[in-house]
Amino acid sequence: MKKYFSWIVAAVFAAWIVSGIRPPKNPTDFKLDEFGRLPVLANGRIQPLDSFARNTLLSIHGTQTVRPSTNDPAQTRILSAREWLLEVMANPEQADKRRIFRIESLDLRNLLGAREGRLGQLAQNELAPKLDEVIKGAQQLLKMEEDTGREPQLRNGYERDLMHLYQSMIMYKRLKNAIQPEDGRDFKAELKIFREAIPPALAALQQHQAGNFESARTNESIQLLSTFMGRYQDMTRWGHPMLAPPLNPKADRDAWSSIATNLLQAMRSAEFHPAIDYFAAMGSAWRENNPADFNKAVSDYQGWLVQHGLGAEMSKGKTEFFFNHLEPFYKTTLIYVVALLLGCGFWLNFAPWLRKSAYSLVILAFVLHTAGLIFRMWLEGRPPVTNLYSSAVFVGWGAVLLGIILERFYPEGIGVVTASCVGFITLIIAHNLALGGDTMEMMRAVLDTNVWLATHVVIIHIGYAATFLAGFLGLIYIARGFFTRTLSQETAKGLVRMAYGTICFATLFTFVGTVLGGLWADQSWGRFWGWDPKENGALLIVLANATLLHARWGGMIRDRGLMAFTIFGNIITAWSWFGTNMLGVGLHSYGFMDKGFKWLVIFVASQVAFTLIATVPVRYWRSFQDNAGESPRDGGANPSNSAITDATPAAPFR
Amino acid sequence: MAQRKTIIKRFRMFARVISFFTSLRLTVACLLMAIVLVFVGTLAQVKLGLYATQTQYFQSLFVYWSPEGKDWKIPVWPGGWLLGGALLVNLIAAHLKRFRFTWKKSGIFLIHFGLIALLLGQFLTEVFQVESFMVIPNGGTKNFSEDGRKHELAIVDITDAQQDKVVAIPEAMVAAKGEIKDPQLPFTIRVKEFFANSTPVVPTTQPEGKRFTASQGFARQMGLEERPTTGKMSDENKPAALVEVAAESGPIGDWGVSSWLTKHGQKDRLLDFQVKRGMPSDSLADYPQKFTHAGRTYVIALRPVRYYKPYSIELLKFTHARYKGTDIPKDFSSHIRLRNAQTGEDRQILIYMNNPLRYGGETYFQGGFLEADAGTILQVVRNPAWLTPYFACIVVGLGLLVQFSMHFFGFLKKSGGRRSAAPAKKSKTAEPELAPMGAAFAAQGVDASLSRKRRNS
Repeated sequence: MKKYFSWIVAAVFAAWIVSGIRPPKNPTDFKLDEFGRLPVLANGRIQPLDSFARNTLLSIHGTQTVRPSTNDPAQTRILSAREWLLEVMANPEQADKRRIFRIESLDLRNLLGAREGRLGQLAQNELAPKLDEVIKGAQQLLKMEEDTGREPQLRNGYERDLMHLYQSMIMYKRLKNAIQPEDGRDFKAELKIFREAIPPALAALQQHQAGNFESARTNESIQLLSTFMGRYQDMTRWGHPMLAPPLNPKADRDAWSSIATNLLQAMRSAEFHPAIDYFAAMGSAWRENNPADFNKAVSDYQGWLVQHGLGAEMSKGKTEFFFNHLEPFYKTTLIYVVALLLGCGFWLNFAPWLRKSAYSLVILAFVLHTAGLIFRMWLEGRPPVTNLYSSAVFVGWGAVLLGIILERFYPEGIGVVTASCVGFITLIIAHNLALGGDTMEMMRAVLDTNVWLATHVVIIHIGYAATFLAGFLGLIYIARGFFTRTLSQETAKGLVRMAYGTICFATLFTFVGTVLGGLWADQSWGRFWGWDPKENGALLIVLANATLLHARWGGMIRDRGLMAFTIFGNIITAWSWFGTNMLGVGLHSYGFMDKGFKWLVIFVASQVAFTLIATVPVRYWRSFQDNAGESPRDGGANPSNSAITDATPAAPFR
Repeated sequence: MAQRKTIIKRFRMFARVISFFTSLRLTVACLLMAIVLVFVGTLAQVKLGLYATQTQYFQSLFVYWSPEGKDWKIPVWPGGWLLGGALLVNLIAAHLKRFRFTWKKSGIFLIHFGLIALLLGQFLTEVFQVESFMVIPNGGTKNFSEDGRKHELAIVDITDAQQDKVVAIPEAMVAAKGEIKDPQLPFTIRVKEFFANSTPVVPTTQPEGKRFTASQGFARQMGLEERPTTGKMSDENKPAALVEVAAESGPIGDWGVSSWLTKHGQKDRLLDFQVKRGMPSDSLADYPQKFTHAGRTYVIALRPVRYYKPYSIELLKFTHARYKGTDIPKDFSSHIRLRNAQTGEDRQILIYMNNPLRYGGETYFQGGFLEADAGTILQVVRNPAWLTPYFACIVVGLGLLVQFSMHFFGFLKKSGGRRSAAPAKKSKTAEPELAPMGAAFAAQGVDASLSRKRRNS
């Protein structure tokens, strides 16, 4: 049984992954999945409504689903992002009762009366009485920043949360005005009246132009039309996202527009963009709880899209929807956790089946990780790293790949544990970076070059991955050696060799990556090297790796020093990767993140702690207590023997 | 005998110096100090700005510390040039002393040779690179670029409509205040006041006697006040001076001159300031500030240093595209026409992000744009050493590749052989087993073999 355990474990998880390929089940008769596949232009790119919904909800709420709120007994189900989006667009009164606004700052929570729970969460209708205060506070803050020139990254927790809430509320209001005015009831019916009002009003206006002012003044149809005009003008001010596709895609594929703009347009031409009616029909059917009409409207709209040459956008929507539903990185994260636990279990009792299971799971997760990366690249038409989010996903991928290679050469569970550990952590980081919104955002002009993205960016991130991997090997060395008795001489040496090899590999990639970055800078900014924070960060990694290697070759550090130094590499890499973006200066500050600072400090502190532990004399290390005389460090008192006991060559040139 | 002793002594001294400069310990020490320098130099940018940090930390022999408000300073850390120089000497010396060419070492040689080129190239760049900007409004033509930081006091004789005669006085001479005479000028210029950086003020708010005011031109109505200089990338110094022009026969007049009037973007901000404070905005109306003397007309201006070219560039069209429905820039590009009367060239070129124009020893980059997309700002870089990093990159990359593949394949061969021979037990001999990538670098021994020798001796 144990013999086949690794296969069974892998098979179970593989089945779980494969089950994600099936389309999602709709909770009711409404074909919400088809709705979620409809294309929309948001954030400068074509995406399915599902992506738009997920990203919006993620940035407002922090998760991709909405749980029932305690304040409304009518809420019983967990809503998917697309269902929530539909509700906000079509039935805002209901949506207003959902607690989606996330407030973390205690001060702000107290101010708004959201003291329940770990995170304060409020619904729109609960916020309404305090609305003016929030707007006033946020606008004051913005004005202060403009007047004093203070950088937004200097905001404190309260101010950050206030701005987040303010922006969330704006976003929410925009959604409410996406397919109908937010106070609209039965929009399908409203449209009918609007439509009928246009021809007589236009006729009356023509009379007006002919000089008959009396009729223009008293004409009911003109009065009615101007009411509508007021309504829809309000709506245009929000007008987000662009739901109406171009009517003539052959002429201009980018000519998407908001429903509101098209409503105003219809007033002039009396011609209605078909998307207005389709979305109105969907909205009204949703309000009236009429699945049949809803499904018909959705499929009619799909048919119209295909007929009007928007098949490419339709299929983009479908593919990305599939990707969203598959959630490859989420599943990968979970598998890494299981593999990590199994791998650590192996070190406790050294049962081979544990290592084998962990190994097979890491490989399975790696396959999914790779598939996810390639899928993303295909969706974006870009190399794998385009922003901080994808850099985290990619660094994890690279570290896992190297970990697997290590495990092949040294089947001692070390490669598996480091791989799954780094994979897990980087994907968690990626998940948190995704809270900022769309992770497939469009590339700024300076970054819009696949050549450099594919070379400099990819290579430097492989360098990050390798440096981290070496650092984690150092952590394992110290954690197992100091705290446990599980680190044998043999394993200790294996670890040192792995770390050494990985550092060599990292030096190669960080150096080449950094120089390529300089060449890119020479192409776009006119200088090879400008001492910009991000450039300096990359240089630091190269310098640290070079220092380690030269110190090792000169015999200035031995095994323990080398392992401690790899942990220092962790600090430098974390600094270079994220820390430099937090400074808020320099040309690379487009990848700014403000919340990560706390975590960076915690990480650095933990690494410093491990480095300090590494300096504790060997006789206090639990693994080496029994044979302190021939510890893996310098072989006791006689330094001339050290070259024999050292795992890597002091003078490697033979 | 005594003579022989001194010779031996000298020789030992010499050997000690040699071994210091060729030692691996020096390499490691320099690298460690460089790590600290780069890190601190990054943090310093938050306060000092990029430009000041560059000059104080990286393009210097020492980093100095001086207490707040004091004049003296003490060196506290080696600067970029010292560390880079030490590494360079170390590298070259180590190679000279120990290097004997073998194919096995070819990779190492290439890597270090490339590094030397990289370090030297960077040094040459920092010394010789000249960076300037060419600001062209839509439809406009320019035959000069302007320095981003340096200024000059220009007296331009514009009497001849065909050709201007320019006398340019460097900022440093203006900053020294006092009298300036030039054989080409039939009058003397006296600098009464100079600010290295300034900000506009309402003149009446300044204390009497300290006012930045002149009888002619813009300083009749507009005041300027001194500001501490800035080293930030996002900011620039705006120098200003009060100058008096006097001929032998008597004074001609005095003017306030400043980059506020001559540098793109600054004049708009000055106008903004006036509008916001409800000041009369006609003070800039008589710009450029002119005067006539002995039948000739002159313009006086404190302006960015100009670099004239033997060719001209006309901006046909500047494009700034954004992604639909967002403010994310999709594309900046300048469609230009380049005309060179000397060579008879006349061609159209599109400059856009990541696609600069290299011409006449200079490189033109899409650097920015004027407000409301009214024109383009091309960054102009003259750097005779621009090719060195490309060359160095190829050499080092090649070296790494050679070293890597030589030892990686060696490792594969070795580990393959061992596996088939003794699959169960690992050898416990001194022969260190390297991880595959490590093997590639294990050959790195130029420096290490020395240190071993030294230890043995």
